[in-house]
Amino acid sequence: MKIERLIKMANDISDFFNADSDKEVAAEGVKMHLLRAWEPRMREAIITYAEQDGSGLSDLAKTAVSRLPH
Amino acid sequence: MSKIKQKDFGTPASTAEQLVQLEIDGFKVTAPAGTSIMRAAASIGIDIPKLCATDSIEPFGSCRLCLVQIEGGRGMPASCTTPVAEGLKVTTQNPRLAEVRRGVMELYISDHPLDCLTCSANGDCELQDMAGAVGLREVRYNPVTTHLNATKDQSNPYFTFDPSKCIVCSRCVRACEETQGTFALTIDGRGFDSKVSPGQNQNFMDSECVSCGACVQACPTATLMESSVIEHGQPEHAIVTTCAYCGVGCSFRAEMKGEQVIRMVPDKDGQANHGHSCVKGRFAFGYATHKDRITKPMIRASIHDPWQEVSWEQAINHAASELKRIQAKYGKASIGGITSSRCTNEETYLVQKLIRAGFGNNNVDTCARVCHSPTGYGLKQTFGESSGTQDFDSVMKSDVIMVIGANPTDGHPVFGSAMKKRLRQGAKLIVVDPREIDLVKNSPHVKADYHLKLRPGTNVALINALAHVIVTENLIDEAFVQSRCDVASFNKWKTFIADPRHAPEQTETITGVAASDMRAAARLYASVNNGAIYYGLGVTEHSQGSTMVIGIANLAMATGNLGRIGVGVNPLRGQNNVQGSCDMGSFPHEYPGYRHVSDPATRDLFSTAWNVPLSLDPGLRIPNMFEAALDNSFMGLYVEGEDIAQSDPDIKHVHAALRAMECVIVQDIFLNETAKFAHVFLPGASFLEKDGTFTNAERRISPVRKVMKPLAGYQDWEVTQLLSNAMGYPMNYQHPSEIMAEIASLTPTFTGVSYEKIDELGSIQWPCNEETPTGTPIMHTEEFMRNDGKGLFMLTDYVATHERITPMYPLILTTGRILSQYNVGAQTRRTANNMWHQEDRLELHPHDAEDRGIVDGDWVGIKSRAGETVLRALITDRVQPGVVYTTFHFPESGANVITTDNSDWATNCPEYKVTAVQVTKVSQPSQWQQEYLAFSEQQLEFLEQGLSNG
Repeated sequence: MKIERLIKMANDISDFFNADSDKEVAAEGVKMHLLRAWEPRMREAIITYAEQDGSGLSDLAKTAVSRLPH
Repeated sequence: MSKIKQKDFGTPASTAEQLVQLEIDGFKVTAPAGTSIMRAAASIGIDIPKLCATDSIEPFGSCRLCLVQIEGGRGMPASCTTPVAEGLKVTTQNPRLAEVRRGVMELYISDHPLDCLTCSANGDCELQDMAGAVGLREVRYNPVTTHLNATKDQSNPYFTFDPSKCIVCSRCVRACEETQGTFALTIDGRGFDSKVSPGQNQNFMDSECVSCGACVQACPTATLMESSVIEHGQPEHAIVTTCAYCGVGCSFRAEMKGEQVIRMVPDKDGQANHGHSCVKGRFAFGYATHKDRITKPMIRASIHDPWQEVSWEQAINHAASELKRIQAKYGKASIGGITSSRCTNEETYLVQKLIRAGFGNNNVDTCARVCHSPTGYGLKQTFGESSGTQDFDSVMKSDVIMVIGANPTDGHPVFGSAMKKRLRQGAKLIVVDPREIDLVKNSPHVKADYHLKLRPGTNVALINALAHVIVTENLIDEAFVQSRCDVASFNKWKTFIADPRHAPEQTETITGVAASDMRAAARLYASVNNGAIYYGLGVTEHSQGSTMVIGIANLAMATGNLGRIGVGVNPLRGQNNVQGSCDMGSFPHEYPGYRHVSDPATRDLFSTAWNVPLSLDPGLRIPNMFEAALDNSFMGLYVEGEDIAQSDPDIKHVHAALRAMECVIVQDIFLNETAKFAHVFLPGASFLEKDGTFTNAERRISPVRKVMKPLAGYQDWEVTQLLSNAMGYPMNYQHPSEIMAEIASLTPTFTGVSYEKIDELGSIQWPCNEETPTGTPIMHTEEFMRNDGKGLFMLTDYVATHERITPMYPLILTTGRILSQYNVGAQTRRTANNMWHQEDRLELHPHDAEDRGIVDGDWVGIKSRAGETVLRALITDRVQPGVVYTTFHFPESGANVITTDNSDWATNCPEYKVTAVQVTKVSQPSQWQQEYLAFSEQQLEFLEQGLSNG
């Protein structure tokens, strides 16, 4: 999985949920979307990236990814 | 099978509730007020002679054959234009009436060829029938001047116009006006010189005629006749089935001679189309027997090898063996499949079942990924169900129609005609589109009240601006919101959308639409009783496609435009079975009925029924499959009826992914673009060769019936079953009705659906269950389908697309389709529809053309960040400066060479509608086109070698 593509997708998802002023709600929204829509390979890749680098992820995306179960 | 002729009641049915009693020829009749005497008589089996009347159009009263006498009344009124009234006593037959009718017929026949025995309408001619009915035995007149030598117009590839046989009844003219709404025909001249004339005395092909066939359908003689009937003669039986083109899902009677389709006639009883059709469904069915059909299975080791024809057994065993080998080598999740909206519900259900149960993963996706997946997401979130809310007939009660990113007259022409009829009756129209579609001002007697000609990619800014006006100007339907919606979410949304940053005045620099127009359009939509929204791929195929669908849902809820006739949120689905393929669990995260794979109860249900453990993780979507292929973790693909190598974005990327896979299995009727990358080819069956059902854009499940044997021996569901059995997962269906029974047993919205009920009712709109045993024309009438029954408002911030214009790419390319061609063109390019559209062209505004020294017809290079292709230019002010537009019906056009990998945030639906490009004048095809041509020719050579060795 090309990580650049996954980073862009995660950030785009976060842009939608970021409309909510309650950032806790927003982070949960991103997390649930990743859980319900992403295939395990994709989730594993983004989790690994977030743990090793994560600089390309928006703050909201980073928070949400950190909450994904390993 | 059914009779060839459907009963003609002469005039349309009245919808009045009040009933009237009268007497016709001594028989008591009860009919709704407003019914014509002709129709009332027909309803009890009394057929009054007629020529200018037919029940698809309003009565005209010109032929004077249908005269009757009414007790106490004067003269002999025409029964077609005289409505029933309480207590009338009508006589339809007596010597005086008979004499008048014979006299009328004598005049008609005096200027009509007496060639009945060799006439193409012999056996299906109303003039012939009426001559018999009135007892015409002689023609006393011998006119010096006649129309008998009038010249035939054979310009249209599908029908012939023979004016020598015309009786000037005007049925064709009226059908073109009332049914189709094109007004291409007129009666030119007066008295004896009167004649039917397309356009300005043009032939049919040069006129505005759109070849819908309504005139042919209405003609009572051989004047307008299908060329296929002229060639082959009259059909002898008919089978009702459903069109395989767009999401309108028209019902047709396949009129047959043995196993040969003579003509496709729109079914008057069709509940989606009410007897109307378009050029594709009516005439473009010849692809089904085209010489390019492949009817033998083929295999090859590599895409650099010639094909080898093999038996079904060899092909299926080879495919299963390859898939199992790949799974053993790369893991269970290394294979998957793609279903298609061109296939039946039963077929798509079976493919997803094979993948989930037989492959053991959820790597199944469908072509809705690239069209309406945002509809599925957005409407599920807000309304609780992934579907449109209305039936098509609902539009006839709309006061304001808002069309967003759709082009109904081209993409959904039969529904487009219904919409135009409503607009001619006075409904208001708001068009939201970067391009001037025909509805804006190019349809006779239809003109948009507002055309919000926005910049591509700014939909969400615009819908937010409309919502801002509705909220800040107190145009909310508070009663609806308070009783039907989640109030907490509404309050949050209301605060969000009232923020001044969403005001039209703030966003007009983003959208390019004048704030005053946005305000006026919002007021118009919110101020009427019934406001309806219809939308298409101009909404969904954006990086914010799902956000826009949610924004539309918010707008409809805020104004109370849901839950009754005349209103609603209505996605116009591109292909015939987009709704159905999604309903059937074709998405990697959902089982049939849109239930998530992680839901334990649902998974248990399917696991028990299918007798196999099921994965709780969502599978790969189509673009994810490509990524995984290039990562060597997804190496085998089963594609049924879909052409991803042409239809998906950033084609070079797609081709690279397909080349990387070790086994691509394509099941299709032609060697399509994807098959050129395949290792196994399993010949499919056209819609004429199979039984099943399609579900159209209004959730209508309609029957698909086999009218001829499958050319390759198997229906597609049988092929999937063979593959499943070879994979080791047993399936043993004897008929698609058994598959539907399984679907109904596992899907709450389908529990009441069965083939028996579809036969009985003609079609069924789901949900169909215990509460709604005959189906649901309009959804959410009492409550929404979310768990709490309330509609959910969601926040929809506008986020600009990643695709930006720059000095290097200063124009925005957007795409669409045209009436005569259908999607990737695999079907319509193999018909005479090419006469209307032989190539994809690039539309660009005169200013942009002049800046670049481009004139109409020039070859132009279109270069984006993803690639480059070359098309011929079409200069038009239909597009705004800065925007260019093309269709995507021809593979050599390479429209998807230039589209990018940007996609909808929620669903990965590609952003086809926004690509930054530069356009320059060129003199030769692009490098990609040259390479594609060479590759394609080589693949066709491999096919030839396979066929000659087979």
